[in-house]
Amino acid sequence: MLAKLMSFILLGIVRFLTGSQARWYGCPPKAEQRIYFANHQSHADMVLIWAALPEELRSITRPIAAKDYWTKTPFRQWITTAVFNAVYVDRQATPARPPAPAATEPVGVIGAMAAASADADTATAGGPDPSPDTPPRTPTPEELRAALPESDPLAPLVRALASGDSIVIFPEGTRGHGDEPQSFKSGLFKLAQMFPQVVLVPAWINNVQRVMPKGEVVPVPILCSVTFGEPIQLEAGEERRPFLDRARRAVIALREI
Amino acid sequence: MNNFLRNLTTTQQIGALFIAVFGILSIVTVWAFVRNLREHASDDPESEARMLEAKRFWGLLKTSWMMATVFWVGWVLGDTVATVLFAIVGFFALREFITLSPTRRGDHRSLVLAFFVVLPLQFWIVGSKMFDLFTVFIPVYVFLALPVVSALANDPQRFLERNAKLQWGIMVCVYGMSHVPALLLLDFPGYRDKGAFLVFFLVFVVQTCMVVQHLLGRRFPHTPVAPQVSQSFQWASWLAGVAAGGVAGGLLTFITPFKPGQALGMALLACVAGSLGHLVMKALKRDRGITSWGMQGMSVTGAGGLLDRVDALCFAAPVFFHSVRWYFGL
Repeated sequence: MLAKLMSFILLGIVRFLTGSQARWYGCPPKAEQRIYFANHQSHADMVLIWAALPEELRSITRPIAAKDYWTKTPFRQWITTAVFNAVYVDRQATPARPPAPAATEPVGVIGAMAAASADADTATAGGPDPSPDTPPRTPTPEELRAALPESDPLAPLVRALASGDSIVIFPEGTRGHGDEPQSFKSGLFKLAQMFPQVVLVPAWINNVQRVMPKGEVVPVPILCSVTFGEPIQLEAGEERRPFLDRARRAVIALREI
Repeated sequence: MNNFLRNLTTTQQIGALFIAVFGILSIVTVWAFVRNLREHASDDPESEARMLEAKRFWGLLKTSWMMATVFWVGWVLGDTVATVLFAIVGFFALREFITLSPTRRGDHRSLVLAFFVVLPLQFWIVGSKMFDLFTVFIPVYVFLALPVVSALANDPQRFLERNAKLQWGIMVCVYGMSHVPALLLLDFPGYRDKGAFLVFFLVFVVQTCMVVQHLLGRRFPHTPVAPQVSQSFQWASWLAGVAAGGVAGGLLTFITPFKPGQALGMALLACVAGSLGHLVMKALKRDRGITSWGMQGMSVTGAGGLLDRVDALCFAAPVFFHSVRWYFGL
């Protein structure tokens, strides 16, 4: 009840200050499972994209919130869980870990295969001598998911996606300062591998950093918009870096529309 | 007819005015709707152009409906609410202006001040009828306060330009707009509580001028005076528009405290100020490389920005207000 009221008030404030306009250019607002990935310039990004989505999508779309910032005070924690229904992510842990240790290590994959019981593929390729170098095939999404350790920063996102929710992520990891977004972290790639059926929608959030720059408390009214572009897909056999660069270009391209 | 109108009470007169306005709007809307139905069939380029024109016309009509409704609500709920309504219009106009005038981080505090202190304070001063303070508050006090706040932010880059933009935005969207509700509160002898008529007079006259100018410029295109700034501004249609506004003002004498000649003069003055102000705002837009103050092609109404609609009023209102005060010694 309180959360409903709060979300109503918050929507009013956000619209009053920013107009929070959604521009659907590459795809319609549709209730399918999606990963929205956007540029990140301010903590208010999450709020803006939440407000820009239509009511029906807002309830099935969970934004990602940086755990250290959004759990600092009880109020922030309450608002992210009760109002935004956000998924917390540990920012600190991300750079510390080498990219995807579990997914690339053959042992991990084998372990995952064992865990994923008798798969048809395993039966043919496996046999008594599992020489780890010979099978060049990529692991299936299910295996990748199962192989993800519980402590991985992506684990909460995987759980949210596995339960059928859409999510909003900021693949830059931290807030950018320049005009261009920084290069994307690998999280988006891994999620795309693990959930090939989920639609990847790029989004460009415009002007938010002017509403509330780092270190300021009072927001300034400036019109903001979120532009949603044409969904992209992870092509078969596409490498991590090319895919992430392509995704980043798809986001930047929306700035000019 | 005139006698009958004069014998009504003020409230009845204003009510009659609104009935007339909404009646005219309804007739025009029905006419446009019927014409639209007939247009539908062919799709040669000419009819496409007509469709575009019709779309623009619908936009104009929508704005007119909105404005009339706002005025009506303002009148029904009294002067205070009307003042608040104009404050909100000023707020949204300033928001559009600032959005399209790039600011830097160092401007943040000045912007906060402009939106949440200067704007409410200015309209509050209007509401409390402190006309002398209201005239000088922004040009004297705010003129100093905002650059000081910006300077304290320790960012000298393009300082003059940034401050000029903010000051200009405040002058147009806050100072100019606040003169419209100020008309509501002017005390003419023997003309109590009829400020709503004066506001209506100003808006109607300026709007007439703009529409006539727009339509004539389209129908009889001449060489534009300043093609880099505006393709449509030309002396002939401008003069015709101002004249039409003046005549409209002369015809509306009966709702104002003016004599016919005075009404004509005041209307001409307001029209000249409004239409030229509109031209100035066009130059600002060209400088920013945009066609309307609404965000590019994505305003909710599809009619461009709010500021595009009210900019003429923002320039006409201060001129009109101060001319009236000076001439009648109020």
